[in-house]
Amino acid sequence: MTLKQLGKLEKLRAMLGYPGAVLGGIGLLTSGALALADRATLEDIKAAQDLDMQQSLTQVLPGKYENDLLKDTVVLPGPDGELTVYRARQGGKVVAVVFKVQARGYAGPIVSMMGVDRDGKMLGVRVIKHTETPGLGDKIEPAKGEWIHSFEGKFLGDPPAEKFAVKKDGGVFDQFAGATITPRAVVKSVKGGLAFFAKEKTRLLEDGVQP
Amino acid sequence: MSNEYTRITKDGLWDNNIVFAQILGMCPTMAVTGSATNGLGMGLATTAVMVASNALVSMVRNVVTPDVRIPVYIVLIATLVTLVDVSINAWAHDLYKVLGLYIALIVANCAVLGRAEAYAQKVGMLPAAADGLMMGLGFTFALTLIGGIREVIGSGTLFSNAHLLLGPAFAFLETTVITDYKGYLLMILPPGGFLVLGFLLAGKRILDKRLAERRVAPAAMPEPVAG
Repeated sequence: MTLKQLGKLEKLRAMLGYPGAVLGGIGLLTSGALALADRATLEDIKAAQDLDMQQSLTQVLPGKYENDLLKDTVVLPGPDGELTVYRARQGGKVVAVVFKVQARGYAGPIVSMMGVDRDGKMLGVRVIKHTETPGLGDKIEPAKGEWIHSFEGKFLGDPPAEKFAVKKDGGVFDQFAGATITPRAVVKSVKGGLAFFAKEKTRLLEDGVQP
Repeated sequence: MSNEYTRITKDGLWDNNIVFAQILGMCPTMAVTGSATNGLGMGLATTAVMVASNALVSMVRNVVTPDVRIPVYIVLIATLVTLVDVSINAWAHDLYKVLGLYIALIVANCAVLGRAEAYAQKVGMLPAAADGLMMGLGFTFALTLIGGIREVIGSGTLFSNAHLLLGPAFAFLETTVITDYKGYLLMILPPGGFLVLGFLLAGKRILDKRLAERRVAPAAMPEPVAG
């Protein structure tokens, strides 16, 4: 910066509106940068999330299916508002459904994806979004613990409804040392998901026309 | 000039370490040091933000007046953190799944604002960025150390899940220090952070005192080493 410019700046600085203008200017510049960054990353984030979605769909559906799950959906009123259900087909027949469930965890909502076969048996559960305490509650992620696999093969009846809870509440599912609220929330959301399946079973499984 | 950078390095890593000397940034220090890997990840993300924020603050230092400097710095830091957050989410999505939880926390780290205020607003861009880098590395060192100690005592492992943060090549870092360990929950929970930090602070004091004594001793000899 040259001396002349500095002199000019000194004069500007003395003006009443100068601090406000600087703050406003910086605010404008940074919001501009954020808007640009948002646009630049929007598609990549969407693609990454779609890939994640596809992966979690595949993980909770160990069996074979032939259709594109992301396209074969039905929307039904679920436990927390409208729920998109992804359907897996074999030979045109619905063999399993996948849908999202959520419950309030220790530090915010925990969103899981669960797969249920025609008979209401759990194929798998994956937590896809949570803000639980790292090192304590995050053992619900398959990368950090085996716990999430304990749902596989379970259905309402095995264990019976009153035992569909963490051990501390008299149920069959383990809790974590130092974190009971997190697994309790996941168990609760899965139980709600199974109840939803039982209630909407006929509509979920009606084969209809494959899109 | 090189003397200046030596001082910046020594200050950031040890003498004026964010955690061990300034006792700043306690929120992430206590929150994410349940394991060495988490501490390392948080430290590295904070380092990236500090380098950029120090450089930016130094860049605008002649334009900003003292009355509005704090809001300006806060806006700059918050923007940087958001930029880091969305870029990692978009282009390093696997890393985001590990670090995503902590990145927003960096805004709340008063050490970032502290460096802007105490150093970056007074010097040129290069020393400011160097200071951000060294302070960040010192912070990373402190968080990894605290995390490592808590993890070994708390869960009997060290650097567990390192492959999620650094890639599969670093899976060798993951060690089980104590096999069949039942875990010591206190160390994983917040009190463990305070305990470990307390002992480490006391340890640093003792070490610094010893070093100072040793520095005084050779000075009495006929030919002291220049330094």
